[in-house]
Amino acid sequence: MQPFDFVREHEVSTAVKAGSRDGAKFIAGGTNLVDLMKCDVEHPTHVVDINAVPLSKVEQVPGGVRIGALVRMSDLAVHPLIVKNFPAISQSLLVSASPQIRNMASIGGNLMQRTRCPYFRELTWTPCNKRNPGSGCSAIEGENRLHAILGTSDACIATHPSDLAVAVAALDGVLTLRGPKGERQVNATDFHLLPGNTPHIEHDLKHGEMITSLFIPDGPHAKRSSYLKIRDRASFEFALTAAAVGLDLDGSLIRSARVAFGGVGTKPWRAKFAEAALGGQRATPDVFRAAAEAEMKSAVAHRQNAYKIELMKRTLVRALSDLAGGVA
Amino acid sequence: MIGSAAATAGLLVAPLLGEEARKNAAATQQADPNAIPVALDVNGKVHQLELDPRTTLLDALREHLDITGPKKGCDQGACGACTVLIDGRRVLSCLNLAAMNSGKKIVTVEGLAGDGRLQAIQAAFIRNDGFQCGYCTSGQICSAVALIREGRAHSDAEIREWMSGNVCRCGCYLGIVEAVKEASNATV
Repeated sequence: MQPFDFVREHEVSTAVKAGSRDGAKFIAGGTNLVDLMKCDVEHPTHVVDINAVPLSKVEQVPGGVRIGALVRMSDLAVHPLIVKNFPAISQSLLVSASPQIRNMASIGGNLMQRTRCPYFRELTWTPCNKRNPGSGCSAIEGENRLHAILGTSDACIATHPSDLAVAVAALDGVLTLRGPKGERQVNATDFHLLPGNTPHIEHDLKHGEMITSLFIPDGPHAKRSSYLKIRDRASFEFALTAAAVGLDLDGSLIRSARVAFGGVGTKPWRAKFAEAALGGQRATPDVFRAAAEAEMKSAVAHRQNAYKIELMKRTLVRALSDLAGGVA
Repeated sequence: MIGSAAATAGLLVAPLLGEEARKNAAATQQADPNAIPVALDVNGKVHQLELDPRTTLLDALREHLDITGPKKGCDQGACGACTVLIDGRRVLSCLNLAAMNSGKKIVTVEGLAGDGRLQAIQAAFIRNDGFQCGYCTSGQICSAVALIREGRAHSDAEIREWMSGNVCRCGCYLGIVEAVKEASNATV
């Protein structure tokens, strides 16, 4: 691990100031940053501990819920407001990581975790456009069974690892960011970026800015929502495929739907084509399958991950069938 | 007799070595220009340390305080052998910087037994063969203490899910699940 100086801040304003220095990084839970510092993938020269900043409330606000960036994953997963009104958020957290990591990791940090693949974490592989921009991608011709099939580029096919971010993308989450120039809001779906030619730039957070809260709007899609994750093993594993779904139903008629995919995208994948195929239709397995086909048309597989295309379609059909329940 | 002699010698020698190691460590710490003061409250005792900010909580416990119950298995958050309790919550000490823990109450496996008696979960691990080599056990036990408090021991399936952050490469999971069940019943 490279040397750094360590400072603990107690207010957003002083944290932002300390975090604006060259080479500074914020630390909350540390579960991603400390790990990547040990691999020498991350090497901040200043580490700003923000755990004492008062951003740990979950509040009912007009139109939705506001979640402080420092609320821990384990606490949010079982918060009564979230369990009752945003089940997909709760479920996505409970299938994330392990109980120990969920006790440590913050909501802001979960959304900020690096998009990563084994080549990114391993310095002995020189080519990685995320670590060494312009050096090439080791995964495209290498081991890529777990890699993305949506939103990939010639520069990077790493999968965004968060489950929470998928549920947040489906339910129209909005992030509040605070930086040296003040506060601004960004839709969660715009926050994470496609890799394109700049896979080392993963999100719309300027240096010195920090996430202060996450807002999720109330609504029928949020209330009737769920998160289904398919893994190689039963627990403590990243998604092969995952679907966050929300339905606004009138009997068996789908007024409108919210869908996002995990485990398959280079960013949390809001599935707009699937949503368009569901809106105004009856909640039947054929309609669900058609929605899955519509979204996966643009999927691009590599040598080892073609299985994800069919697996993702079936994941969505099962998630929607379970959520629609008796009406389908 | 030989065993007894060795044990006696060990008793005499070990504290001397320990003291020397501590002196050396103290000298190294004084020489470190990057060191910052960190007060760690571990198992009810506060330790004033001077640590390089890079020091993880796991390394602070093991290398600076000789508290070796928490184990370094993977050192990357995948195995759970380093699990400790911070303010009552189970966390991974390997992914945690020591400097982030000033003012918090840290409990390791060494802090669980009281008055010379094992905690229920410790006794249950012994009774149910919840380990073979023992390397993961201190992490398993700290995790199980928290799991029982969290109310996640209602069924075998629930115990398996909520113990999934602790890997046992000897494969003693059947015994571990039985131990957690037994201790949970004893606690409730």
